[in-house]
Amino acid sequence: MKILVCIKQVPDSQKVQVDPITGSLMRAGIDAKMNPYDLFALEAALQLKDSQGAHVTVMTMGPQAAVEILREAYALGSDEAVLVSDRGFAGADVLATAHTLAYAIQALKTDFDLILCGKQTTDGDTAQVGPAVAEILGIPHVSWVDAIRSSNEESVTVHYALTSCTHLAQVKTPCLLTIEKDYSQPRYPSYLKIKAASKRQPRIVSLKDLNGEDVPAHVGSLGSATQVERIFPPASRSENLRLEGDSTKLANDLVDYLISEHIIAKEIQ
Amino acid sequence: MSTIKIDSGRCTLCEVCLGVCPFNAMSRVDDKIIVNSACKLCKICIKNCPVGAISLEEAHRLMVNKKNYKGIAVFAENRQGILAPVVKELLGKARTLAEVIDHPVIAIVIGASTEEVVKQCLHLGADKVIVADDEELAEFRSDIYTDVFVSILERLKPSVVLVGATPVGRSLAPKAAVRMDTGLTADCTQLEMKENTDLVQIRPAFGGNIMAQIITTYTRPQFATVRYKVFDNAAWINDPKGIVEKIDLNINEHSSAIRILDAEPLKHQELLSEAERIIVAGIGVNNPKGLSYVNELAALLDASIAYTRPMVEKGISTYQYQIGLSGRTVKPKLIITCGVSGAVQFAAGMQNSDCIIAINNDPDADIFKIAHVAIIGDCAQVLPKLIEQLRKGDTHVL
Repeated sequence: MKILVCIKQVPDSQKVQVDPITGSLMRAGIDAKMNPYDLFALEAALQLKDSQGAHVTVMTMGPQAAVEILREAYALGSDEAVLVSDRGFAGADVLATAHTLAYAIQALKTDFDLILCGKQTTDGDTAQVGPAVAEILGIPHVSWVDAIRSSNEESVTVHYALTSCTHLAQVKTPCLLTIEKDYSQPRYPSYLKIKAASKRQPRIVSLKDLNGEDVPAHVGSLGSATQVERIFPPASRSENLRLEGDSTKLANDLVDYLISEHIIAKEIQ
Repeated sequence: MSTIKIDSGRCTLCEVCLGVCPFNAMSRVDDKIIVNSACKLCKICIKNCPVGAISLEEAHRLMVNKKNYKGIAVFAENRQGILAPVVKELLGKARTLAEVIDHPVIAIVIGASTEEVVKQCLHLGADKVIVADDEELAEFRSDIYTDVFVSILERLKPSVVLVGATPVGRSLAPKAAVRMDTGLTADCTQLEMKENTDLVQIRPAFGGNIMAQIITTYTRPQFATVRYKVFDNAAWINDPKGIVEKIDLNINEHSSAIRILDAEPLKHQELLSEAERIIVAGIGVNNPKGLSYVNELAALLDASIAYTRPMVEKGISTYQYQIGLSGRTVKPKLIITCGVSGAVQFAAGMQNSDCIIAINNDPDADIFKIAHVAIIGDCAQVLPKLIEQLRKGDTHVL
């Protein structure tokens, strides 16, 4: 079984904030790391490697610095790593990113049985690139998989939760699955493996390596159907009611407020 | 293609652009600033460059004739005759967007045994309901649903397609948008309509720390998945005037590569999203007494209890009862947070609640930035007094 895991390097989003006055981003000293949700997808792949000897390739699209997370994936047990990187990929939205990844997957000329993605990233938070890649590749996909129950040469049996129900479903392979965060506790790499991985170089796929009809029109900003007009900090409400004082007074004020907002009502005597 | 250009003649290597770039896409290599592939063309570097050395070189692109696309289409997600609650909000928002440009609102119902769902869409103000009803569509499967959805949309040519940002919607919308070779904005929390039919799509990114305003400039339809519990429900119309159109389908058991072996209704998980009143226990009440106060207050106000992520991580409760980016998004009529500091990840999951009351003894707590009522006091003191007041029995919950 051949598995491809798509991963992404993301900034530590908890620390990213917009300066409310200048509208610019304050991100001094923010570290980049592997998207935490991707660790579950990688874990799912590595478990299939452990149990049935699957061959695991990881792929990321990003700047040269993203090689860090590929090395992390090597240290965790991946067999191969691919960095999809080119200035021509800049400005990509969901559509262009999915096209770029799909082209890159085709450029690897490997018949993957499974393509796994994390359920979403912590920077874009869209959860939509995985399904979009499946659509372009013309393979079925299932999102939010929390268990891979079994697999054979023709299909995988997976469990996942949707809006109002859970499904146990058999999906024909090749297929793409996005993996839920509670799939399984991701493993930690050993020090020796981290050290060994630190020198490994991934295969690089750039714009010139992609084949297809009119590739430049489908990647980067030109291939993007959406444009970011502006970014701004989230609104904070201004007309707050601020109550201070001793707790009896606070409790009384709060009851009065709940009555005034028609959340509770006074009994009619 | 469009690219960021840096005029090295003008550039003073002040590195302001490196600091303002949200995507870490700029770096200095020797005596040059270079832009890497992480660039999203957000143009912040252009605005912030003190010497005007940065510019955008735009490629010419073809634009569709936007006049050929009419209507706000809503994916009316349903299962077993029950409309997903988000659809009520989508139809409400679709109406306000449609009024700006005088377009119709069209609900698209895909499923099995959909009679009640179709009726509801009409009562919720759809001008037209397009129905694809077949036993093969009883359970959501991304491939067959995309086939049916896209075939309807290709004929309908709507300007906008709204889909709930539910697990089903976020699986369906990207496939449909890619197949139609058009733009999709995920998980929108604000939507506005321009006169030229461009949909202004606003969504949180970076875990809610940043809002991004996004336009689908060149193509149609404009797909958006929309977060649940953000917009108001559509008004209920007693005598609906909308029409129903049934679609002939040609599908069978071979139409999908996905075979559903078992389907079970979700339990509990959604209860929190549906709650009208919620009391949240944060780390400030993480002691037996504090938690018992929260329980009692919830009982008196007929409210559900929810927790912050640190509380769930400490094993006080489970993920199903966690509010925030990694938990549930809620929009109740009343939410009272007890001992919650209000990290942005938490706020992102509840800041659209109708009435937010925060109790915290730290006057500078972040939660007070979004609270309608800030109660600066110790939960251990305030909660028992509040319970005492409510216990007197001279009030009741409405």
